[in-house]
Amino acid sequence: MAILTLTINGEQVSGKDDESLLQIARQHDIHIPTLCHLDGLSDVGACRLCLVEIEGQSKLFPACTTKPQEGMVVHTDTERLKRHRRTIVELLASEGNHQCAVCVVNNHCELQDLAYEVGLQYVRFPYLYPKKELDATHKSFVLDRNRCVLCTRCVRVCHEVEGAHTWDIAGRGIDCTIIADMNQPWGTSPSCTSCGKCVRVCPTGALFEKGQTVAEMEKQRDFLKYIVTARTKREWVAEATEE
Amino acid sequence: MTLEDLNEVAEKELARQQALKNRVLYCSAAGCVSCGSEATRDAFKASLKEKGLEKEIEVIGSGCMGLCGEGPLVKIASDDTLYQNVDEDAAQKIVRQHLLDGKKVENNALDPANPFFSSQLKIVLENFGRINAERIEEYIAVDGYEALAKALTEMKPDEVIDEIRKSGLRGRGGAGYPTGLKWGIVRKAASDQKYVICNADEGDPGAFMDRSVLEGDPHRILEGMAIAAYAVGANQGYIYIRAEYPLAIERLRLAIKQAERLGLLGNRIFESQFNFRIDLRIGAGAFVCGEETALIRSIEGRRGSPKPRPPYPSEKGLFGAPTLLNNVETYANVAPIINRGSAWFAAIGTPKSTGTKVFALAGKIKNTGLIEVPMGIPLRTVIFDIGGGTPEGTEFKAAQTGGPSGGCIPNDHLDLPVDYESLATVGSIMGSGGMIVMDSESKMVDVAKYFMEFCADESCGKCVPCRVGTKHIYLLLDKISKGNATADDVALLEELCEMVKDTSLCGLGQSAPNPVLSTLRFFRHEYEELLKPVETYIPSDVHE
Amino acid sequence: MKPKVATVWLGGCSGCHMSFLDMDERLIELADKIELVYSPIADVKHFPKDVDVALVEGAVSNVENEEMARIIRRSSKFVLSFGDCATTGNVTAMRNQFSPDEIMHRAYVELADGDPTIPSEFTTIAKLLPQAKPLHEIIKVDAFLHGCPPTPDQIWFAISELLAGRTPELPNVYLRYG
Repeated sequence: MAILTLTINGEQVSGKDDESLLQIARQHDIHIPTLCHLDGLSDVGACRLCLVEIEGQSKLFPACTTKPQEGMVVHTDTERLKRHRRTIVELLASEGNHQCAVCVVNNHCELQDLAYEVGLQYVRFPYLYPKKELDATHKSFVLDRNRCVLCTRCVRVCHEVEGAHTWDIAGRGIDCTIIADMNQPWGTSPSCTSCGKCVRVCPTGALFEKGQTVAEMEKQRDFLKYIVTARTKREWVAEATEE
Repeated sequence: MTLEDLNEVAEKELARQQALKNRVLYCSAAGCVSCGSEATRDAFKASLKEKGLEKEIEVIGSGCMGLCGEGPLVKIASDDTLYQNVDEDAAQKIVRQHLLDGKKVENNALDPANPFFSSQLKIVLENFGRINAERIEEYIAVDGYEALAKALTEMKPDEVIDEIRKSGLRGRGGAGYPTGLKWGIVRKAASDQKYVICNADEGDPGAFMDRSVLEGDPHRILEGMAIAAYAVGANQGYIYIRAEYPLAIERLRLAIKQAERLGLLGNRIFESQFNFRIDLRIGAGAFVCGEETALIRSIEGRRGSPKPRPPYPSEKGLFGAPTLLNNVETYANVAPIINRGSAWFAAIGTPKSTGTKVFALAGKIKNTGLIEVPMGIPLRTVIFDIGGGTPEGTEFKAAQTGGPSGGCIPNDHLDLPVDYESLATVGSIMGSGGMIVMDSESKMVDVAKYFMEFCADESCGKCVPCRVGTKHIYLLLDKISKGNATADDVALLEELCEMVKDTSLCGLGQSAPNPVLSTLRFFRHEYEELLKPVETYIPSDVHE
Repeated sequence: MKPKVATVWLGGCSGCHMSFLDMDERLIELADKIELVYSPIADVKHFPKDVDVALVEGAVSNVENEEMARIIRRSSKFVLSFGDCATTGNVTAMRNQFSPDEIMHRAYVELADGDPTIPSEFTTIAKLLPQAKPLHEIIKVDAFLHGCPPTPDQIWFAISELLAGRTPELPNVYLRYG
């Protein structure tokens, strides 16, 4: 492990060589928007919101999976990045059926927060209004695929933390969808332990508890840090990354 | 197996061939098989049997002979006559006239001076029409596995890499990364376990170069992979091939079995310390599995979706081990370079793009088929001399290279040399070798739409820009093509294309907008002709 | 001459208009500043010409909405997409998962209290479009007012800006969906 010095948005910062640019930026209170990333889960670089510019490179790099290098000069908030982030949120909004007004997580939704952050006045692309299936067969939870942004947090938390691997992805392209086990009703899944971790990590109202109505559901995602720290350090504290 | 044993196999096979009166090589690649070359074979066999010549003249299946549009093709070995459109009647005629009386059947014979043949230079396809793809002895008889023997007995791994590096060979899968450099990185990676993978997941619409090589000369790939494995220090290889190529899979399986039987794959090859095995992995039809990180995940038995690089496969690839991944055509060039030397290879083509490139010529062109040309050849020569130009009554409009990741090259750039750098200057890419010709009848918005539909359909769905962005690019193109779009939509289309290119996770998404951007660059007027004005406020004094 | 303002109710629940009325005493101030030339709360048959600002509530859901949207666009200098249904399709667009036939059957046959009959499109109701769409997918829109419904403060802010001759670029405090 080595300590490196780099520049983010003109500010000299230091970080460890095994940390990601996102971790280093956050330790220095530099905000980079994310969606598929969640502390405590592996990173997949899928949402592309955390893309940053690195001087001397024409390509953009996802901060969540990019490691620092000595002397690296990083920009997280250029006009080009802002424009792309806005388009990503537009694309996500057009892809599903996101009716905030009637959603259980209205006002507690990460997609909604992102829309505000990027200043999304309207979506320039036609809404796709897909016909997606809702699965309410589980005794305690519901999966409404209409609100899914395919961040795969549920897939990862189930596989990496709970160890059940109930969730996975089927299909490809615009037809991708979250499935339980062998594409069967959630309530019939033999692998699901009903732990509810997937519901808590879901950034939108795609996974929610039964009995909750519009704007009632607030998700606590901090639990993950406790579990991960408890596993690695045998301590029940939230800070997973601090020494 | 020693070098002496290898030479013995070669001599025995050559003696067998010389004892024959003649050899009839019919094309047994998928193109000719689909237009009836197996019936042609049966007609030859029946006719020869009737004349009592079945022992003296053998009828064998060989690799693609190029002019696929005029199949079935048949070659007579004694004088290298190539016949086109050989149906059963023509087969009987060739037996009577040519094989018995030594007179060519003029109606079907192709002129070897035709520029279709004379402008080509064959290295990768050199054994096509010469050997039976299903017999290892015939490959050995044309110096097969001699390069492997040479590498294992006379060269150190670093010397092999040096030779490849000096040859200037670049990856034939599309991006053109220097092959020697890649091998060097894998060699340097510290690990007890390394892998060598051949990417045979050829999926571009209209492309069939790799399929033809695998069908026509499978041992050349095995040999190339074995040399690569020796150079980088791997003992296990995988060929990742798509399930849609059953004939290639069958021939590869046979070839692996034959090579194992002769000890050319397995333990202590040529009595050296080098062990190497090759297994096949069959793809399930996803285009994205041609992308290296997705391909590796697929071999691991997981969902074929790409992951961010770095780390690159050469550092951390299959099962986390350093992995060398090259395309079929790249491996096909390895044995000739080792046999004939890097200087010979480097002298072909241009200084930065050495050697030859195989193209699958398709679209609005007279001679459709498989060709191999030296790098740097003018596009005009490929299309008009080799391809024979567009059909009567139409004019050339554009050539599309690089498939769904490439671009369209218009008339004004016909003198462009075909090499990696020159193609990039006009917004296209070399790609894996698909070349689709469009004539004056082709509508460029529809061309862009076709490729975008393909990309949207083949997106794995992992990253947002590719999953949703390609869909919206397609919808915008559809709106434009139907005359429902305004100038605002074209501006939005351009912005979205740049965004998808800039932000997608893997090469599939990053290159998907290329057909749109290149048609916008060269054929913008075709887009603009389809636009309608934006409806807006009309003051009442202007109302009808 | 006072600016001519129109408010229109397309495929929505009229909640945005309710919120408009919830501006309460500010409505009196507004009445001095504008001339309301067309509105569900005014008895005007045809959409007038040369309207300065049109506030359009609701998604474009049937053929009548679509025709109306085009009339509004031709006759208005500034079109404001008024609320979430006009801006995103929102609740009105939830029906897009079903075909118009399925919807008509559900509404007029399965859920009928008395005589289960699908009304003729030529007599009583306008034919549904295949999908309900946000306004800007049908016509060019100049600005957007979000919320289900937008709050009276948001509406007041937007109208005040327009009256001051500025395009209402709503600050993020007013950017809220749902």
